[in-house]
Amino acid sequence: MADTYLKFVNAQPFTRVAKAAGLPRPVPLRRYMQGEPIVPGPVLVLGRSSGTQAVSSTLLQWDLDVRRHMRPKEKLGAAVVILDDLTHPAQLSDIFLELGGLLRELLPGGRVVTISRPPAHGTPPETAAAQRAVEGMLRSLAKELRGGATANGILLDAGVDVTGHSVSAALEFLLSGKSAYVDGQFITVGHSEGVGPTDSATPLSGRTAVVTGAARGIGAEIVQVLRRDGAQIIAVDVPAAGEHLARVANDVGGTALQVDVTAPDAAERILHHAATRYGGLDIMVHNAGITRDRLLANMDAARWNSVMAVNLESQLRINVQLLGSPDFSADGSIVCLASTSGIAGNRGQTNYAASKAGVIGMVRATAEALAGSGRTINAVAPGFIETDMTAKMPFATREVARRLSSLQQGGLPLDVAEVVSFLASPGAAGISGQALRVCGQNLVGA
Amino acid sequence: MNNLPTEPNSMSESNGMSESNRTAESDGTTESYRGGAKPRAAVVIGGNRIPFARSGGPYAYASNQDMLTAALDGLVARFGLQGERIGEVAAGAVLKHSRDFNLTREAVLGSALAADTPAYDLQQACATGLETVVGLSNKIKLGQIDSGIAGGADSASDAPVAVSEGLRRVLLDLSRARTTPQKLAALRNLRPADLKPNAPTTAEPRTGLSMGEHQAITTARWDISRQAQDELALASHTNMAAAYDRGFFDDLVTPFRGVSRDANLRADTSLEKLASLKPVFGRDLTAQATMTAGNSTPLTDGAAVVLLGSEDYARKHSLPMLANVVDAEAAAVDFVHGKEGLLMAPVYAMPRLLQRNNMTFADFDFFEIHEAFASTVLTSLAAWEDEDFCRTQLGLSGALGTVHRNKLNVNGSSLAAGHPFAATGARIVASLAKSLAEKGSGRGLISVCAAGGQGVVAILEAR
Repeated sequence: MADTYLKFVNAQPFTRVAKAAGLPRPVPLRRYMQGEPIVPGPVLVLGRSSGTQAVSSTLLQWDLDVRRHMRPKEKLGAAVVILDDLTHPAQLSDIFLELGGLLRELLPGGRVVTISRPPAHGTPPETAAAQRAVEGMLRSLAKELRGGATANGILLDAGVDVTGHSVSAALEFLLSGKSAYVDGQFITVGHSEGVGPTDSATPLSGRTAVVTGAARGIGAEIVQVLRRDGAQIIAVDVPAAGEHLARVANDVGGTALQVDVTAPDAAERILHHAATRYGGLDIMVHNAGITRDRLLANMDAARWNSVMAVNLESQLRINVQLLGSPDFSADGSIVCLASTSGIAGNRGQTNYAASKAGVIGMVRATAEALAGSGRTINAVAPGFIETDMTAKMPFATREVARRLSSLQQGGLPLDVAEVVSFLASPGAAGISGQALRVCGQNLVGA
Repeated sequence: MNNLPTEPNSMSESNGMSESNRTAESDGTTESYRGGAKPRAAVVIGGNRIPFARSGGPYAYASNQDMLTAALDGLVARFGLQGERIGEVAAGAVLKHSRDFNLTREAVLGSALAADTPAYDLQQACATGLETVVGLSNKIKLGQIDSGIAGGADSASDAPVAVSEGLRRVLLDLSRARTTPQKLAALRNLRPADLKPNAPTTAEPRTGLSMGEHQAITTARWDISRQAQDELALASHTNMAAAYDRGFFDDLVTPFRGVSRDANLRADTSLEKLASLKPVFGRDLTAQATMTAGNSTPLTDGAAVVLLGSEDYARKHSLPMLANVVDAEAAAVDFVHGKEGLLMAPVYAMPRLLQRNNMTFADFDFFEIHEAFASTVLTSLAAWEDEDFCRTQLGLSGALGTVHRNKLNVNGSSLAAGHPFAATGARIVASLAKSLAEKGSGRGLISVCAAGGQGVVAILEAR
């Protein structure tokens, strides 16, 4: 369903009307295009810590126009704020006010990225207060920014410094158009493993990926993006979706595997296919999901059970076999599709939200078990994404849902796929157990 | 049949079947290889088909080319063959438009295969699909190609409608006429009756009888009961429904136009329901009519293909090897003069194939006998069990043997799936090869009858 309002409000005469009337003014988001610069203008690095220089060096390696100060009225592509050594809330004032003074010059599709630490166990109260203050500031700033600009943060766990490989990978991702619909979020880097961002346009080359629910919608888009990034694709969907699935597989030179993920032997068949045809599996994307919406008062067993079976139990069962299999590589990554409904709840979706919240729980627990193993597992929680499913929503509900986010529009399946591909990349090896929202900082589920 | 011991049979490979006591028929049809080198194996890698559907149903507006292309694209997706140049693609259609003279090549061009993949059309009525498998397997064995895709498509819905012979002559004369008087003369030969188009028909050109009427004569001759036919039809439906339920067809079928299971399949049918149907063939015969719409295949639309290759090809592409194509034999009978039933040719082909390979029915774990009609299968089984018939007609010393029902069409056959003429062979070969791969050992026999009093039988062997 095309976002007619977005087109309308960006046509010249109506832009002024909308501005005068105080109507939402969404703009087309800056999305990744191969060959284009990571950021559309100069990148300002703010910070007092020793890490500030290190981050500047990293950014310089990416051929960016890196600044420590801006000239008056000069346009800004992005600001990176280094806050990894905070010990007191008083340290925030200077740096945030300096940032604030530059925001009017932020280009459309601009970025603000903070790098800080989450309060750890035993942190002194002043330090914890300062660290937590960053989160509140950033989430509010994300709501303040307009013109498709976003604000996101990177949190460094103990033992990780700003030069950590996955810190750089996360920074590149958040600065780039790949994170177009990620807004007001934090990515926690748990350790310094990984290879950092690669210059290669195909960070996933040599990797074999399974995408379930690949026949259409977000799944089909994940297939496209993983292929664009270099992965070999095994496209999985239920046998009944085989016609679309074949088209998706043929589009990317992959293979179509017709398997119902709820079948007891699903994992066995997926692993067998990957092992015999590709020599093993590196990336598992659990995207298959269904909705069977009903108020809990009207819920029946079939609706509840089928949603739980497809969205959650299949992932649990497949993961057990995957992680026990030598055919799943030692540095393999699992990415699970959750939903903002599973975080904030959604009327009429008790079953769906239970399954998606369950996914987040499963991801956290599995990540703990995988710690130090080289394998990662993460969840991606999409908010309002323009798909066949949302096209069927009643007009008014759909319009409201679109404008409720900080970016004042729905996301595209591509936006979700970009996050999946990032989390599956070698650069994200230090990121595990996360539930990253792709929701444009929607009020619902934020 | 006079078998002389000759060279070791050249068609079989692996699992101890190539001992020197194997014989090849010495009538010149299976000339052995010079230097005694065995040809390499031709392997069934896998298959794909679209679900079959009754004519006039969901595929009413799909052409043979549409369906064959879809079947190819599903195969390409299953095995990752995008942009691959396949050694050769062979397929065909029985009900074929004249514009489809290059049906298979056109389907290849419309598919995700490389455009430099050669293709040819083949037509042998209902044996078309099986014969493409035989032909391409032989090319692989000879080393002429490393990979091949065999199959067929048929649409009874989108069948060609021809103009009458009278109108056709007038139109051709008219095109050759140069002057106005010549043109008028040509048109004067047109009769009102000539304007009636010729509807497509499955009647035999030499007898005018439909296939069903022919089979009804054979059914009566062999005294095949209504109940036996209905039981076979029921087994076909229940076997196929069970196979779908256990996921057997997950890697054999790709949905098409919203259809994901064979539309003819009736999982809930019963002997009572089948018994309630009125006979449709053989009503003019003195014997009781027994053939109904339930125990006869309906006119069907569909397409199926099989991927074949050498062992090297399969290994190099990390593709599965389900079964070897061992050998095949075609036969024909004189049904025109009433000497034999129209669909009895496979009965004659079978002992020739078994003898050449030094095998008996006991050597087989699966029997795939195409169910053109339930009674076709039952007359074949009865004939092979009949000592007198086997002696006098097949030249054997006694009965050929009994096919055990628990080995017969174990995943259903044409009565359940339907029968798009040229597609049936590839459906059977892919399903049988998968059954053999699942079992991990043994052999399977295929028997397909065809219009014109012809038939083809073939042997597949597990690897």
